[in-house]
Amino acid sequence: MTYSSTPPRRSSPSRRIPIGVPLSPALNQTRQALPLGAGRVAAGFPSPATDHVEQRLDLSEYLVLHPEATFFLRVKGDSMTGAGIHHGDLLIVDRSLSPASGRVVVATLNGELTVKRLQRSRGKLTLKAENPAYPDLAVSDEHDFQIWGVVAHVVHTP
Amino acid sequence: MTTTIALVDGNNFYVSCERVFNPALECRPVVVLSNNDGCVVSRSNEAKALGIRMGVPFFEIRSFIKSHGLTWLSSNYALYGDMSARMMALLGEFAPRQEIYSIDECFLDFTGTPGKVRDHGRSIRRRVRQYLGITTCTGIGTSKTLAKLANHVAKTHRQYQGVFDWEQLSLLEQEALMDTLDVGEIWGIGRRLSPQLKAMSIHTVLDMKRANATLMRKRFSVLLQRTVAELNGESCMNLDDVAEPKSQILASRSFGRPVTALQELREAASSHIIRAAERLRSQHSSCSQVTVFMHTNRFRNNDPQYNPAILVPLTVATDDTRRLIAAAMSGLESIYRTGFRYKKIGVMLTGLQPVHAVQDDLFSTVEQPRATRLMSTMDRINRIYGMNTATFASAGIDQPWRMQTAQKSPRYTTSWNELPQAR
Repeated sequence: MTYSSTPPRRSSPSRRIPIGVPLSPALNQTRQALPLGAGRVAAGFPSPATDHVEQRLDLSEYLVLHPEATFFLRVKGDSMTGAGIHHGDLLIVDRSLSPASGRVVVATLNGELTVKRLQRSRGKLTLKAENPAYPDLAVSDEHDFQIWGVVAHVVHTP
Repeated sequence: MTTTIALVDGNNFYVSCERVFNPALECRPVVVLSNNDGCVVSRSNEAKALGIRMGVPFFEIRSFIKSHGLTWLSSNYALYGDMSARMMALLGEFAPRQEIYSIDECFLDFTGTPGKVRDHGRSIRRRVRQYLGITTCTGIGTSKTLAKLANHVAKTHRQYQGVFDWEQLSLLEQEALMDTLDVGEIWGIGRRLSPQLKAMSIHTVLDMKRANATLMRKRFSVLLQRTVAELNGESCMNLDDVAEPKSQILASRSFGRPVTALQELREAASSHIIRAAERLRSQHSSCSQVTVFMHTNRFRNNDPQYNPAILVPLTVATDDTRRLIAAAMSGLESIYRTGFRYKKIGVMLTGLQPVHAVQDDLFSTVEQPRATRLMSTMDRINRIYGMNTATFASAGIDQPWRMQTAQKSPRYTTSWNELPQAR
């Protein structure tokens, strides 16, 4: 999945958050939506919407199903452009998912983190780039290799 | 019903957190140093194999960098704190009750839950390993003391593969194993008490288990009497699953370089007070005493040594940062002496009490509600926009005395600008 968004910056002073609104006590990574109606009370007529207050949609609820196991990584390079993953994109990696064949995964390879498509056929594992300029890599025991996590979503800013 | 308690901890926790995001650190000796890059606080197995002990000053092992390819890192508490919160949340799902004991370990109370607790220990190991990349060890026993000791066995005896339950041995085998363990491995004994116990011919865990509990109380304390009972399988210490408000709050740091000027000490003490006061307010307490202490560097034998401390009582208990800073400054000025190279300064807030119980004195003014509002507004600003967005000028702006963290890794999980990269 591809999303268009600008990554929020935690410390940016231009982000206006009204003081007095409870903040999420959860992990720093998952900012919760603010409940509607938590703001000031109008002195005039009561709002007709007060009986219909619902929680505003929260993107991290949609993108992060297992908060404890989810990490954000930044893409470097263009080896996966064919899969719609570009330099600078944000990877949402869920380590609780099992790395089935055909999924895009993050793996450790020779001391680095790499994002590739995992292919398992006849007991052999291959890390496939999605860019003809990059060769496929059949991983064997000689490689210092491990699956790090499964890419659940990619956030792309066009 | 028999109590069943597990102690779960993350192996080499700080080093393990670093390795998750920097796989190049695998399979090589790595240490993490304390604040200000002073002493070793976490070691990889390879570093342990080099004979590097916990707590040694960095300068003693510096030569290993060249001779054995040792990698050292400054501590990255933003990372360890987040990984700890994740690990504790995962562990809490396994048992009805949890006591978080430190950043990398917690007790889980499995009393009355069906199934073998050892199997839970194995599931925990698989789950935390997969979700977080951190290896855990689990020790299981009928008391906290036995669980803690079982955890030590799980770590040091490979055949148990990181999960050990006293239950899996016969009583005879348990005692044979206890006879091989040094008395200093028992929770709460440590390096301080073990020489005294050894002087009484209590050398091993088994000796302690068979010791006379009443005698222990007479010679030492009721705590040691309880330890003996707990080693015999009787659970005497409850799980503190509700965090009690702290009865004292300490904030201290070593300096990045020796400090001699009063102004720099003032700034450092102020910035410690600011942090301590935030913690004070977050637990809805106020305090009636402020202690200021400082140290020179005890490793510099040629430097004159001076380690003063002073307790400043307040007429009215307060949680107002401004009043706490004022108290700390007056204390600091009265203990400050020129001619010393200070290494560390710290503050401690004591005499804590709930805010609503504060007794006003005759001379207090009616500014209290305004001060409360100011403090809670500052705390909120700092929570939202990050630490020290709104602060006090007395803490200094440049803070040249701040600690050295020469080799700190990125805040991989708490800063948008420092995310790990994948090629």
